Amino acid sequence: MKLVMAIIKPFKLDEVREALTAIGVQGLTVTEVKGYGRQKGQTEIYRGAEYAVNFLPKLKIEVVVATDQADSVVSAISGAAKTGQIGDGKIFVISVEQVLRIRTGETDAEAL
Amino acid sequence: MTKTGRYIRLAGMAGLAVLAMSAPAFAQEVEEVAEEAFALSAPDTAYVFNTLLFLMTGFLVMFMAAGFAMLEAGLVRSKNVAMQCTKNIALYSIAGIMYYLVGYNLMYSGVDGGYFGSISLWGVDDSGGVASDGSGYASASDWYFQMVFVATAASIVSGTLAERIKLWPFLVFTVFLTGVIYPIQGAWQWGGGWLSELGFSDFAGSTLVHSTGGWAALMGALVLGPRIGKYVKGGGVNPMPGSSMPLATLGTFILWLGWFGFNGGSELALGSPDEANAVATIFINTNMAAAAGVVAAMMLTQLLYKKVDITMALNGALAGLVSITAEPLAPTLGWALAIGAIGGVIVVLTVPLLDKLRIDDVVGAIPVHLFCGIWGTMAVPLTNADTNFSAQATGVISIGIFVAVTSLVLWLALRFTIGIRCSEEEEMMGLDKAEIGVEAYPEFTVR
Repeated sequence: MKLVMAIIKPFKLDEVREALTAIGVQGLTVTEVKGYGRQKGQTEIYRGAEYAVNFLPKLKIEVVVATDQADSVVSAISGAAKTGQIGDGKIFVISVEQVLRIRTGETDAEAL
Repeated sequence: MTKTGRYIRLAGMAGLAVLAMSAPAFAQEVEEVAEEAFALSAPDTAYVFNTLLFLMTGFLVMFMAAGFAMLEAGLVRSKNVAMQCTKNIALYSIAGIMYYLVGYNLMYSGVDGGYFGSISLWGVDDSGGVASDGSGYASASDWYFQMVFVATAASIVSGTLAERIKLWPFLVFTVFLTGVIYPIQGAWQWGGGWLSELGFSDFAGSTLVHSTGGWAALMGALVLGPRIGKYVKGGGVNPMPGSSMPLATLGTFILWLGWFGFNGGSELALGSPDEANAVATIFINTNMAAAAGVVAAMMLTQLLYKKVDITMALNGALAGLVSITAEPLAPTLGWALAIGAIGGVIVVLTVPLLDKLRIDDVVGAIPVHLFCGIWGTMAVPLTNADTNFSAQATGVISIGIFVAVTSLVLWLALRFTIGIRCSEEEEMMGLDKAEIGVEAYPEFTVR
């Protein structure tokens, strides 16, 4: 089982969700985060004082799928989230040891 | 019909006949009463309208307390919002109490060209009756009107010192500001003291209210020090943006509305067509100055920073309002526009100047109330030929020195006795958690 973690631009959320639903992914978790990569922040001015906003708002999407589904999830997300401008984000794939559905007690493959 | 029924009908008709015959007598009584009710003399009418002016413009100024509260709540960070609200409702209340206990009489009772009045409780006194020249009013309405002004002066201080001052020491300062400092300098001018005899003119309080609050705020900022992290070694400034622009905007609009009362009521009379004309003129000049302040601030920030800063636009409105407050009656609309616009420019230029001097004024109260208060006061002779720059300067300087020195002494005394600044940990955690025990936004996680 794999955890696919993607950092994307916030306004891309709906497109990514639709792309994942289309390939059969049934759930995901979204967190509001701030971050930067090679994309620098912006400069803002408040009452005459300049300040650099280094951390930009992003969304982190996490979805756990069966190992053989991971690749299609990665390409679905990257296809939907891409704009071609810097700051599009990154996707990470991490191995998962155990999964449990709390309501029923199902584990691993049945819990996905 | 039965016998009883016939008797009842007869009795009813007889009753109606009696009523009908006596109707003219009733009508006459009603007419007489009506004539007496409408026979108000002209001085009586003036008395009623004067009183009404004080009461209605007075409650408009009272609502400025809400304006300050919302403006400050919007310009401080979320973790300090409940504290700011607490300070505002507390200082308004303290002002009202102190002005009864000592303030009003210290400012108005028996000043006679001197330096202060009498130290005594104020009490309602309408024993003088109705003045025959139409200048009379209910004594309580004057107390009420003047009380809301001292509350306005006190609320200026809370904005500058936000986010790091302890609540109770601040309120102790407010007790002395509203009970002693403001009334004494107010006595010099509006109480009939030595300044008024020199020809100094401050119609609604650019100096007496706004500069007084501004000096007290400046001294407090110097003694208190800037917020942790605001200024960086080597000259940098770390902005700490406010938590709610809608609240700040709402607060500014409320202040703008209240200012019609602040300036309009300072005509102090509404008993004649001339006075009605004056109050109307004051309303439109007040509005124009605020509008010009906004536009000037917006244009200047666009020019300087390539972006319009909403907080500067809001400050611009207030800058215009403070600037016109010293003389809202004499200017033409064109002059009111100019005076307000210059106020807006002053604020945009002096906010960064304070940062250069390492004076941390969270809401820009010093540029708005002190600097524009001075500008507004000095600008009076430009439109009012009965005044002169020398008398205006005397007022600005003497009141400035008095308020600055007494405030400085008081702040230092408080700092070295009960302490005025919260600890570093409390400042980082936010005053809401540290001193109020109630968070303004408990459901939002705050960085």
